[in-house]
Amino acid sequence: MSENTKQNYLNHPKGIMSWLLTLDHKRIGLMYLFSGILFFFLGGLLALVMRFELAAPGNDIISNEVYNNAYTLHGAIMIFLFIIPAIPGALGNILLPLMVGAKDVAFPRLNLASFYIYSFGALFAMYTIINGGVDTGWTFYTPYSTQSTSNVVPMTLGIFIIGFSSILTGLNFIATVHKMRIPGLTWYKLPLFVWALYGTSLVQITATPVLAITMVLLMLERFLGIGIFDPALGGDPVLYQHFFWFYSHPAVYIMILPAFGIISEIIPVHSRKKIWGYKFIAYSTLSIAFIGFLVWGHHMFTSGQSVFSQIVFSFITYFVGIPTGVKIFSWILTMYKGQVSFTPPMFYALAFLFLFTIGGLTGIFLGAVALDIHLHDTYFVVAHFHYVMQGGTIVAFLGGLHHWWPKSFGVMYNQTIANIAALGVFIGFNGTFFPQFLLGLRGMPRRYATYDEQFVELHSYSTFWSGILGISIFIAVMNLFWSFIKKNKVDPGSNPWGGMTLEWTHTSSPPHPHNFEEEPVLQHGPYDYDKVIVEKTYKK
Amino acid sequence: MLDRLTEFFFPKQVSTFASDIDNLYFFIFYSSVALFVIVVFGMIYLSIKYRHRKGEELKLTSSKDHSNLLESMFFIIPLILVSITFVWGIRSYLKMVIVPDDAIEIKVTGQSWFWTFDYPDGGTTLNELVVPSNKPVKLVLSSKDVLHSFFIPVMRSKMDCLPNRYNVMWFDATKEGVYDIFCTEYCGTGHSQMGAKVIVMQPAQYEEWASELGSEDDDLPLDELGAKLYTKKACNTCHTLDGSALVGPSYLQTSQMWGQERVFDDGTSTVIDDNYIRSSILEPMTQIVAGYQGVMPTYQGLLSDRELDALIAFLKTLNEDSQI
Repeated sequence: MSENTKQNYLNHPKGIMSWLLTLDHKRIGLMYLFSGILFFFLGGLLALVMRFELAAPGNDIISNEVYNNAYTLHGAIMIFLFIIPAIPGALGNILLPLMVGAKDVAFPRLNLASFYIYSFGALFAMYTIINGGVDTGWTFYTPYSTQSTSNVVPMTLGIFIIGFSSILTGLNFIATVHKMRIPGLTWYKLPLFVWALYGTSLVQITATPVLAITMVLLMLERFLGIGIFDPALGGDPVLYQHFFWFYSHPAVYIMILPAFGIISEIIPVHSRKKIWGYKFIAYSTLSIAFIGFLVWGHHMFTSGQSVFSQIVFSFITYFVGIPTGVKIFSWILTMYKGQVSFTPPMFYALAFLFLFTIGGLTGIFLGAVALDIHLHDTYFVVAHFHYVMQGGTIVAFLGGLHHWWPKSFGVMYNQTIANIAALGVFIGFNGTFFPQFLLGLRGMPRRYATYDEQFVELHSYSTFWSGILGISIFIAVMNLFWSFIKKNKVDPGSNPWGGMTLEWTHTSSPPHPHNFEEEPVLQHGPYDYDKVIVEKTYKK
Repeated sequence: MLDRLTEFFFPKQVSTFASDIDNLYFFIFYSSVALFVIVVFGMIYLSIKYRHRKGEELKLTSSKDHSNLLESMFFIIPLILVSITFVWGIRSYLKMVIVPDDAIEIKVTGQSWFWTFDYPDGGTTLNELVVPSNKPVKLVLSSKDVLHSFFIPVMRSKMDCLPNRYNVMWFDATKEGVYDIFCTEYCGTGHSQMGAKVIVMQPAQYEEWASELGSEDDDLPLDELGAKLYTKKACNTCHTLDGSALVGPSYLQTSQMWGQERVFDDGTSTVIDDNYIRSSILEPMTQIVAGYQGVMPTYQGLLSDRELDALIAFLKTLNEDSQI
């Protein structure tokens, strides 16, 4: 009983100000988690509005204008307010210092500033919604975005501001990985989630400034008509696309690399097996981060760029595919001769492997120029990036939440409900997005509020399953939060999955306010299941 | 078998390069299915075979974490497959960009939210691209306002329309028929209504059609011509005939309010008469009906005086029972 009342970061110190002004990375991570999930639900709600409108061909529920606002806000909120800031911000913040044995990130004050910059940017996005929305698509293509009378400026200003939060968090993480590791924790002994965050941070600090300047130029174009993108003033709308995708393609890796990191943690722990090809996974993270900068042109295969560019961008695109493929094989082979437990995090990891493989393989279709020309800007692309972003990143994120939930909050959710919800997410997701591949192949363009009769069957099928998907995600997340409310506490010393990294072996659940009561001493590598038996302990 | 599959996945194959692109698709498709089956089978097999059985003690597991043979296979097989895909993709693409010298050239202009086609021997059509079969057709594309993208699924071809530069695409249609055209670059409120049709005719029939282009409607009565123009000039994209509001007010409503006051968004109003209709077709942005957005493009230069008269005559004939 005495152990249960021990100090941890959740109950010490107390008071609202101790949260709002906290410098504790775990509390900041928790605030990112709450705001991220809030935006996730908001974005998801907009997605359901769209899907229900698309259940039948005409304007049945909402008008074209409302639909255009809904899909723009869905994309912008999911990408700029949830996936990019919230996954490194939440799981990265909570786990990175624990995993390297540090008391906190390198710059705790900067970390708090990042959160407030993110919140400030999010306010502009919320103002955009209250003030009537924005209808340009999350890509803000000119010249439509310079002419639209909707709230382009507040939204782009919000994105500009949130970018600084990304840059600062990236800097903070890089400094933490370089400088805060405990003695003996060499690069090759780092958990792969740390490698993934490191790769993500490198992309964040190098790519985000390009987005920032693009947003500034777009605003200047609107206010002053400086003629960077407007052909009437000697500008070029295609230049905007180059700028935008120079950031936004690397941003895909900002979104997917943390997911790779999560999967690299879940699979070895729940298989009790040394990870297959540690060094390969670590280096491919960095090489994907680098090559990701060189493929932006494949978003512009129909823009009329030169034949030479088309060939070069198609060629380099495949260089991202190969290391990613080898990673998938490594994760699967990790289970070889292990002891695999079918826990909720493991179910999410297996769902990830299934869905992300489809997402990756369909990228090969789109990388082939001749075929992309038919598929460009159709539902095939919509399905492809949802298989990567939702089937990949968000499924991995849900898996990560289930994996680290008892560690972060000292409570355990109902595992049966969690498994059922995971199954619902898996089936609902495939039901929603698989028909969209077929829609795209048959010629259904994206961003359409109404459509031709020939597409109705597949669309209504997709809508039906999107309802199941939405409900399943809601249940999965509520099941997690319910364990909070029910106070279904785990023993502070528990290690329910038998994890080997420092956050499992050297601190309590939830962790001590200063992470470790004394500086941890590294006894084994992150996945040494061939050398040490770590017991699974749950409740006393 | 393959034909049935092609029909399941794709729209009809109408251009000369469509079958090549579909074959490329099936090559990637079968390769992907093979890789996917390996991944899913491996995942299920390993996770079940090495599952932690009830009551089984936790033990030290194998330290095996690499296999040079397996890894080089996982590297080399996909490398071979994507190399073939890449080369095939480029070869087929080159066929799509090298325009035959004897192609007839049609100018395509995208504008929010309709398509205009200018033919080599004079004459213009709206939202209906007429081409001969078995003859290369070169399209020179541009936009009058924002970005659009011209997509003909049956030809497997697509190209963006830019306001400051001409893009080119071509095809050689192999089957006569009427096929869909979609706009695939988001262009605002009416984006999803910016569709058109491509009509592929026998070359002889096309020649006849092209020579009559522009003169065929001369003997039609005004209101019948107007009814024709209503769809031909894409008025129906934004204006209905049944009283329901779309992007713009319904023609029926305007017709029923004939002679009455119409209120605009700046608070002014005017009586609906022939002159009002004429000016709202030619200068749509000067008076915007209250409750609507001012988004209509001008038809200055796109309609002759007779065609304007025809549209006005057509609008006046509308009542609740009108069918078109």
